[in-house]
Amino acid sequence: MIALADISLGWKIPLRVMAAVLGTALAVTAALVTREYDEMSQNLEAHAKSLARVMANTLVAPMLHDDIWRAYEIIQSARDPAAIAPELQADVVLVTDLEYRVFVSSRPRMFPIGSSPASQGGAYGRLRAAMLEGKPTEQKVIDPADSSHYFVMSPLVADGVALGHVVLGYSKISFLPRFTGLVGRAALVTLLVLIVIMPIAWVSARRTGTPLLALADAMRHVPEELEVARLAELPKSRDEIGQLGDAFVRMVGELKQKQELESQMLVSERLAAVGRLSAGIAHEINNPLGGMLTAIKTWQRHGGDDPLASQTLSLLERGLDQIRHTVAALLVETKPEDRAFEPKDIDDLLILVEAEAHARSVHVVVESSLTTPLPLRATLLRQILLNLLLNAVAAAEQGGLVQLSAAAKDGKLKLAVCNDGQHIPDEQLAYLFEPFASGREKGHGLGLWIVYQIVQQLNGGLFVESEPGGCTTFNIEIPYVEPV
Amino acid sequence: MLRCKVLRAGNVIEIRDEATAFALIIAAMNQDDHCRAGSRRRGFLQSALAMAAMPLLPARAEAGALRIGLTPVFLDDQLSFLTRWRVWLERRLKRPVVFVQRGNYREVLDLIRGGKIDFAWICGYPYVRYRHELRLVAVPLWRGRPYYQSYLIVPDDDAKSNSLTDLRGKVFAYSDPDSNSGYLYPQYRLTASGENPSTFFSRHFFTWGHRKVVEAVGVGLADGGAVDGYVWETLAEFHPKLTGATRIIERSPEFGHPPFAARADIPELELQQFRATLLGMPADTEGAELLRLLRLDGFVAGQGSLFNEIARMAARVRRT
Repeated sequence: MIALADISLGWKIPLRVMAAVLGTALAVTAALVTREYDEMSQNLEAHAKSLARVMANTLVAPMLHDDIWRAYEIIQSARDPAAIAPELQADVVLVTDLEYRVFVSSRPRMFPIGSSPASQGGAYGRLRAAMLEGKPTEQKVIDPADSSHYFVMSPLVADGVALGHVVLGYSKISFLPRFTGLVGRAALVTLLVLIVIMPIAWVSARRTGTPLLALADAMRHVPEELEVARLAELPKSRDEIGQLGDAFVRMVGELKQKQELESQMLVSERLAAVGRLSAGIAHEINNPLGGMLTAIKTWQRHGGDDPLASQTLSLLERGLDQIRHTVAALLVETKPEDRAFEPKDIDDLLILVEAEAHARSVHVVVESSLTTPLPLRATLLRQILLNLLLNAVAAAEQGGLVQLSAAAKDGKLKLAVCNDGQHIPDEQLAYLFEPFASGREKGHGLGLWIVYQIVQQLNGGLFVESEPGGCTTFNIEIPYVEPV
Repeated sequence: MLRCKVLRAGNVIEIRDEATAFALIIAAMNQDDHCRAGSRRRGFLQSALAMAAMPLLPARAEAGALRIGLTPVFLDDQLSFLTRWRVWLERRLKRPVVFVQRGNYREVLDLIRGGKIDFAWICGYPYVRYRHELRLVAVPLWRGRPYYQSYLIVPDDDAKSNSLTDLRGKVFAYSDPDSNSGYLYPQYRLTASGENPSTFFSRHFFTWGHRKVVEAVGVGLADGGAVDGYVWETLAEFHPKLTGATRIIERSPEFGHPPFAARADIPELELQQFRATLLGMPADTEGAELLRLLRLDGFVAGQGSLFNEIARMAARVRRT
């Protein structure tokens, strides 16, 4: 049963419909055949009884006159060797006298005149007893189980006096060809009906199953390939399956949103963790670093003239300085006192990146709608834009295009830097803002990390769009408060 | 009798199924039986109605028609042959001819003895019995001679019986109580061998026709039968299957062939004319063809003495 339950609906529905059609056809056929059989046997019995009655009436005179030949001709006339309905033909006709001796029979060799039919044995031995039962003037039908014949007996009565019996023996076997013929015809009709109905039923059943199959097929792609599932062709009907399809599409959409949200959260959480870690490390490094640099300064000012020591300490000082710069880059520290960001800052930035852009023949285009200073710290914004522009120039194609757009609206500064260089693959996007994650050989890999940290500190938002064959765009939104 | 006719007419239109048809036919047969058992006073009516039922024969007894009775001393059930023969006779005699057939010899004999018919083809046995009420017209020539034999037959599958006396206690089929070959000869044969014909067989019955004796013996209804040798031989040509189911165990001595007889008061001219017509059959093309179909060679005037042997047997049987 489990194996049956596991069969696809694509087969199960048509098979069930087929089974239903087949079952109905068989049941109807069986009912018709049974009815026909009953009718046939009833007709047969009625026919046999009326024949026996007519014969009994007709045979009275020959029996009274002892006219064997006439009696023989009468019983022969009831037999048609080329009958259309052979089962209506009595196989054996016996005319017996009161002592159950043969007066005449349709088979003289089997039942010679004057012999007792009982000498044939079998059912013929028991006919006598059946004759004596019940009213002597009534017809009797005897169907012995062990005999190949059944018998209809009619008494020969003249003026209320019994003379003997007419016994019609019908072959049970001769009934079979007609019955099998009937069954054959019924089967043929059923078959023809089935030949017509089956393909129609099959196609319509398959069609019923198709939307379910499509739905199931689409579901198989959840949750791994949500995009495939979302684009799957689903039934567009208003019935339950159609509703199911709609619900599925909604579900897939929500799942996709949730997945995107989750991956975004994952990235920001990781970046936050990295930020905390690097802040901690920077703090731990800065303390001893400050001490060490102060010590070196003190020695340079008050120490001796040992040229080797001076040289060594100078080396140390440069190294420590580098550490300090690196750490400072890791940990963007904001200075509260700063001027506001002005439109001319953008012009300054263009000048700063021009050398680099010129070197790579990259064209830098600016679309700025800024006209007034914004209450945002200029140093930080300049840092962000400088980093993004330098990155974009580096990423752009040789002789390509870098575009910077800036706009302020509804308390938000919107910045976008895009280049037409190679797109950033998905797996790289997730780690794009992490320190030292740069895929490039040049640079220290802290540029975007600094951008991220600054945007975070300014409570802004940051997202990247990168499509194969299209632009890679860094979008930044930073809220500001309009001075009253 | 009228009901007879109604039923016969009725079954043309009323047959709806086999049972009804059979009932009507059986009922008609039943009526026939009663009719046959009816008195001779209704003879005329009977014959008229019987002829009405036989469209091949003239529908009415025409005035001046020659009336010829037929019995199963030949194969009298071939209606097409009878029509041909009647037409030929009418042309030769220049007057209408009516064939009158009955279920047994007795009725035909009653008709001719009562002067209701003019001529009849009867058996030698009734001829010798009523020779004073009849006049001999002509005797057929079979195989060139005016004689025939009685055959005693048994079913073909009975290999044991070789003579009539082997059939003791068996069922025997006679053709007609007024038949020489089909009744008198076996009776005489038993009497001559010291048997009592009425108790020798366990059962006997009459089939009212030689052909039916062959059938009864062939199917085994009777264990033996007596049949006209001429009829058996003719039947062997037309229906070899029927005779093939029987085997001849005895052939009688030769007897005078069943003759044509005339009623006693037949006008001499009519008798002469009819005799001449019969005797002239071989000389006529159509007559010869009819004789060929009868498997006869012709007719001779014949003498009453031809039937002396039959008369002797009849006397012997009657004595016992």
